[in-house]
Amino acid sequence: MSNAVSALQGAVAPGEVTVREGGLQGMITLRGDLSHAKLKSACKAVTGAAFPAVGQATMNGDNALAWMSPDEILILVPHTDTAAAIAKIDKALKGQHYLAENLSDARALIFVEGTYSREVMAKLAPVDLHPSTFQPGDFRRTRLGQVAAAFWMKDDDTFAVICFRSVADYTFKSLAAAAKGGAVGHF
Amino acid sequence: MLTLNCPYCGVNADETDLHGEGEAHLKRHGPGSSDDEFHDYLFQRQNPKGVHFERWRHIYGCGKFFHAARCTATLQVFGTYSAQTLEPPQAIKDTITAARPGWSWGDFS
Ligand SMILES: [Zn+2]
Repeated sequence: MSNAVSALQGAVAPGEVTVREGGLQGMITLRGDLSHAKLKSACKAVTGAAFPAVGQATMNGDNALAWMSPDEILILVPHTDTAAAIAKIDKALKGQHYLAENLSDARALIFVEGTYSREVMAKLAPVDLHPSTFQPGDFRRTRLGQVAAAFWMKDDDTFAVICFRSVADYTFKSLAAAAKGGAVGHF
Repeated sequence: MLTLNCPYCGVNADETDLHGEGEAHLKRHGPGSSDDEFHDYLFQRQNPKGVHFERWRHIYGCGKFFHAARCTATLQVFGTYSAQTLEPPQAIKDTITAARPGWSWGDFS
């Protein structure tokens, strides 16, 4: 068994807004009928987080559930717990039409932390990030610069960003450059 | 810049979050159709100045296809709706009628 390493091995770009790679993170893609009671309870069982509404991410510590599409949920659990969580889902949804796949090592998790993190994100994403429309718990799939990404607000000053592993370096450097550029003072 | 509301996510998606997928409500002509029908299905497209119906895909978002009704001349968006339908919902048609009385497009008016 090889040792898993995260895409950027914990890289940090410190500053008033710090960009930090989140390291190894278990991520499970679950596709199926999101209205199904067994699917919902399986999601809750493996994360301890409430089942998310459309466009939302729900958190329980570092565990999370995120609404990816009308038939897809992203499940975040500790990296070492991923296989056990999938086994639990497989057991709960046996006989149903669904797919649960471990995508932990196909992706990277990056945190953007600091007072003007909202503006750092707004520089790269075509999303209205005004406080009146985007708040902690809101989740969005979009693009950051030239690559696909998803993000949600963990709290008032922290965004969690997920992108494909192959573009982790681009995403990290784009975020770090946007952070270094300073606050815009728009929000 | 065109902004369309994804009927699945409920978000106002910027044009750069989306991918245009061509004319809406095409009727497929496959095996068993005449050469003319198949030719028209493949190549004949409407290119109106005014009311138009299109398919779009929320490619950087949920990945789903949806329909949009808009004006090609002004970029006014009359509405977006599910891909799982063969014709525009009445509410969309009513919105268009209010803005463009007497409009018609394909079999719809
Ligand atoms: Zn969408």
